Amino acid sequence: MKSSSTSEKSWVHYYFKSTSGIVGAFLVLIMMTISLCAAFGWMPHDPLIQNPMDSLHKPSSVYWFGTDQFGRDIFSRAMDGMRRSMTVSIVSVSIAGIAGVSLGIIGGFFGSWLDSLVVRLSDVIFAFPAILLALAIVNSLGNSWIDTAIAIAIVYTPIFIRVARGPVLIIKELDYVKSVRVLGFSSVRILRSHVLPNVLAPILVQIALSMSWAILTESGLSFLGLGTQPPDSSLGLMVSEAQPMAAFAWWTLAAPSLFITLVVVGLNLVGDGLRDSLDPSRRQS
Amino acid sequence: MSLVKSSGIISRSISVLVTLFGISIFIFIVLRVIPGDTITGSLGIETGVLTPEQIDDLKRYYGIDKPLILQYFSWITSFLSGDLGFAYSTGVSVLKLTASALPVTIELALFGTISGVFMGIAVGMFSAKKPGSVRDFSGQLFGLLALAVPGFVLSTTIVTVMANRFGYFPNGYEYMTPWEDLGMNLQQMLFPGIVLGIAVAAPVMRTTRSALLETVDKDFIRTAHGKGLKAKTVRYRHILRNSLIPIVTMTGIQFGYLLGGAVIVEKIFALPGMGRQILDAINRREYATVQSSIMIFAILFVTINLVTDLVYRRVDPRIK
Repeated sequence: MKSSSTSEKSWVHYYFKSTSGIVGAFLVLIMMTISLCAAFGWMPHDPLIQNPMDSLHKPSSVYWFGTDQFGRDIFSRAMDGMRRSMTVSIVSVSIAGIAGVSLGIIGGFFGSWLDSLVVRLSDVIFAFPAILLALAIVNSLGNSWIDTAIAIAIVYTPIFIRVARGPVLIIKELDYVKSVRVLGFSSVRILRSHVLPNVLAPILVQIALSMSWAILTESGLSFLGLGTQPPDSSLGLMVSEAQPMAAFAWWTLAAPSLFITLVVVGLNLVGDGLRDSLDPSRRQS
Repeated sequence: MSLVKSSGIISRSISVLVTLFGISIFIFIVLRVIPGDTITGSLGIETGVLTPEQIDDLKRYYGIDKPLILQYFSWITSFLSGDLGFAYSTGVSVLKLTASALPVTIELALFGTISGVFMGIAVGMFSAKKPGSVRDFSGQLFGLLALAVPGFVLSTTIVTVMANRFGYFPNGYEYMTPWEDLGMNLQQMLFPGIVLGIAVAAPVMRTTRSALLETVDKDFIRTAHGKGLKAKTVRYRHILRNSLIPIVTMTGIQFGYLLGGAVIVEKIFALPGMGRQILDAINRREYATVQSSIMIFAILFVTINLVTDLVYRRVDPRIK
């Protein structure tokens, strides 16, 4: 429920009391910073420039995470890959979140045929393993990052529909919502000031978790060769390129794996922290 | 009573059929947007030298000159009659391909589920024994990492370490079915099964842990202790048993998702399953194979969810 009185501590206060929340926020912040630096071109080396003389260098003070078979700096490539994953993740979860929450709230609140259509549609999408559906859609759309983002958005929209629709079904039957309806409040006003604030908590948690799945799906797709194409870098592609070399050049595999793992761990911990701090019954004082 | 139960099953099955119908339309729409059609896919750049008449002939041959709605109906009717189309590159029927690929994926999924459930329950029990302790922390860390390390990273690492450090890599040999060489087959399933199992273990571990912690506080557990039962008996007979319902549910849900993970794992470990069939067909732009294989995948997925749902109702008499 929304905190309106000033004496009540906000959820942010409780969030930073949980260890997982702090660690998660820290990891996500680092990865966001890395992505931003890559976006501005602040990387130790150019991720695309090949230096055949420096091929397969061990990690050193010049090349922090070593170089690949073309002598490209792995740290810079991983930074650029992180930027790509992060962009796809943010864009796809924004699309899925907005579409899913609107459909879920509208369906749940107004009911009737619209609701059954929404539920049917999400059942259909739910009936696929996520990666397979994304694979089919990316295959149809194309290999640019926006195609990947759209594919992932379609896959994860039903989850937001479910998360938003469930609470709406309960809230619209509550006495106080019924009474403001009797008072003649418009549906838009009821939705905005009574329904939306109450579904916000589970949606925030879902955003954090979906972002981590989106990163896993994006890197999985590019690992399979769909999505980002060489010579551009992406974390999944880097792992797939490292496969034949990992035996004698472990660092080619280490950097992209570490980046994916850290960001997914971070987002999951943020999700845990949000769940604990937004739910009053789970708060630790 | 039994009448009520069976009518529940019937209505559930009808809604599954409606979902499958929606899925078939969805698959058809998604795959028909593919840029570059079967002709370009099978002939490559040679398509450029074809005359318009030749292209029309080919379109008629592949049946893609008709309006979409007719194409859909011709696909779905032949699909339902068991004619799943042909893989143009090899000329083998998709039904035949599927007949050899499907058992591989199902065996892999079973391997993954079983190893995942064992790992998940074991780590969950290990964690729940003393909440907040170091062992709980390490158990939870396992759960978190199992969730966060992608299957393809884990597989690549296993392949690298096993093949190069220990010189052991059964998946480097030709795939053997259990009937041809059971020992080899099991070795080939071992690593991919564990990789998929770890993905399953994470949510099973979390569910086990919280279900156990919830059950421990119940009155009947205190009674069991009070009766003087051995701690071990209480733990396995009373606590674990009463925590099984959420664990079974979670396992069912995960079994379905595991089929998705199979796409990646089959590719890395060179297993000729459904996932690889779909990937190969996508690379060769073979509409018929992709379409029918994904449809079969979806049917499998929906069936598993239906079975889980029915088992769930059986296990917990409170659910109607």
